Amino acid sequence: MNLIGENITYKPDDQFHLNDVSFNFKKGNLYTILGRTLSGKTTFLKTIAGLLNPDSGNLSFEDNDFIKIPVWERNVAMVYQQFINYPHLNVYENIIFPLKQRKTSEDQIKKDVEEALKTVGLVGFENRKIQELSGGQQQRVALARSLAKKAKILLLDEPLVNLDYKLREQLREEFKRIFTQGLSEDTILIYSTTDPQEVMELNGEVIVLDEGKVLQKGPAKEIFENPRNLKVAEISNDPPMNILKGTKSSEKLNFENILIKSPSHFKNLSDQSYNFGIRASEIKLDSQGEEFEIELAEISGSETLLHLKKGESKVIALIEEVMNFKIHEKVKIKFNENKLYAFDQNEKLVSSPYGVSHG
Amino acid sequence: MEKLYKFLKYTFIILWTVFIVAPFLWAISTSFKDFQSVNSKVTYIPWLDFEPTLEGWRVLVKSPARGGVDIVEPYFNSLFVTCTASLISIVLGTLAAYALSRFTFKAGFVRNNDITFFFISQRIMPPIVLSIPFFIFLSTIGLLDSLIGLVVVYIVLLMPIAVWIMVDFFNRVPKELDETALIDGCNPYQAFYKVVLPNSIPGLIVAGMFCIIFGWIDFFFAFILTFTEVQLLPVKVVALNSSITPWWSLSASALISVAPLIIVAFVVERYLSKGNLSGALK
Repeated sequence: MNLIGENITYKPDDQFHLNDVSFNFKKGNLYTILGRTLSGKTTFLKTIAGLLNPDSGNLSFEDNDFIKIPVWERNVAMVYQQFINYPHLNVYENIIFPLKQRKTSEDQIKKDVEEALKTVGLVGFENRKIQELSGGQQQRVALARSLAKKAKILLLDEPLVNLDYKLREQLREEFKRIFTQGLSEDTILIYSTTDPQEVMELNGEVIVLDEGKVLQKGPAKEIFENPRNLKVAEISNDPPMNILKGTKSSEKLNFENILIKSPSHFKNLSDQSYNFGIRASEIKLDSQGEEFEIELAEISGSETLLHLKKGESKVIALIEEVMNFKIHEKVKIKFNENKLYAFDQNEKLVSSPYGVSHG
Repeated sequence: MEKLYKFLKYTFIILWTVFIVAPFLWAISTSFKDFQSVNSKVTYIPWLDFEPTLEGWRVLVKSPARGGVDIVEPYFNSLFVTCTASLISIVLGTLAAYALSRFTFKAGFVRNNDITFFFISQRIMPPIVLSIPFFIFLSTIGLLDSLIGLVVVYIVLLMPIAVWIMVDFFNRVPKELDETALIDGCNPYQAFYKVVLPNSIPGLIVAGMFCIIFGWIDFFFAFILTFTEVQLLPVKVVALNSSITPWWSLSASALISVAPLIIVAFVVERYLSKGNLSGALK
């Protein structure tokens, strides 16, 4: 009864858009596809929708061969990152379009649309033209159309990426509410995004995609705590996890002339070279720390991002307050060694502060 | 500064209006004159300057047997040929353009752009190059000097315009719109006529306008491909000219010749001013 993909590969030109992707999606669950731009997220969703046919592999849903079913008979819904609605129809007509297409009864249509409008908070906008709405409202209409349809598979392709910061925050909250309350047990929801924070907040099953390949699958918490390799660590953190080459020798870690005490969770690591990873938020200003030079300081919201440099080592630190720095100013910082990750020479995770490691 | 700008703007608009309207006024007043009033001194105002007469207009509807020129039949011939050819060109051209915009064609070295260029290339050659092939073609299939033959020729001339405009238009309609329609349960044909087409009305109107204008004003092919059976308006109007130029009936025929184009212009203008031609799609 699940949506099952087996070894799906799509390679329309020289590059893999999807490379041997397999998955098993259960009804009533939320799945997030995390990946950078051009990692194959949209291709992934379009393949499920039926807009693209994979070169090889199987896709089945409720024990039917999904690939043989054309898009218009698949009963999926999709929200694009561009706000795609039917510009010649008003809000109400937009939402009933798929229902009319399916020849739903008038009463049912009325009920479904009312419910969908209430869910997305657009009651009273029924007769507005699409062009009269703001970007956020347009995206709500698109979402309402998908919800009213009560499709068994709901695909959302970076639905928030084209909205401004504030609206994104607000809609993200609402999405979470809609996904937890408004979805029936029958629906598989697949949400793609580039934003790790969104993934953590939606807290579903995560698939990390890069260059068309699945790098890691698991619950959001697992991806956050134990990124399987360097790539995942980079993709699943914003700003990306800092990676420093270094060596461990007994109780000390040495990354390019910075010496740090080896944390307790590294005690089983053999003495050799590693790629050490640390999140930007685990680097703190500390007068006892190492001196770094500021290359760039950006203030975003209530946080300050510092791009720091010492010799060849470059790190990004996230300071949780607004501070003014001058470029080329020297600051002292300290790494929180208890939150250090170690990746081996093959970029695989060998030790994480959260204990579990993939050997 | 503001005032000067306004002054210059309105001066320009007034001058331009005079430039555009003057020939019409001249033609209107001339169409009500007779031989006497045209060939005496310069006159403009009816009743004051000259005695108006409907003779110039009457000639146009009188049969040749009674000394008239009868442009009624050529007028309807022209209407029929232009409208039929434009309609078929728009329908075929829109379908072709949609296919060229959305699907990928491969035939040997030929790709979508080559096919589009092939259509447009029909209009690159000077028309005279096409005259002999058209003549031979129509005489071979026996459609020389017939309305159907003219419709066929005009479709060849007008469809490239429709394809060109509509390919450009469809390329600017996001592909995701079609895809959303497919996802929402439309098959590809329904996606085209339920979603893409209603959002392409601005493009269709522009393409239609161009087709009607180019079809209506064509003299060259109408002249070469017809003799006695069928006559089109531009040919007939030119044929009015004789050793003594009948300015009155020429003016009258010129006025009713441009009438359809003026109507088209007003319709499109009303549509334009409603702001419907842009902003429907981003």
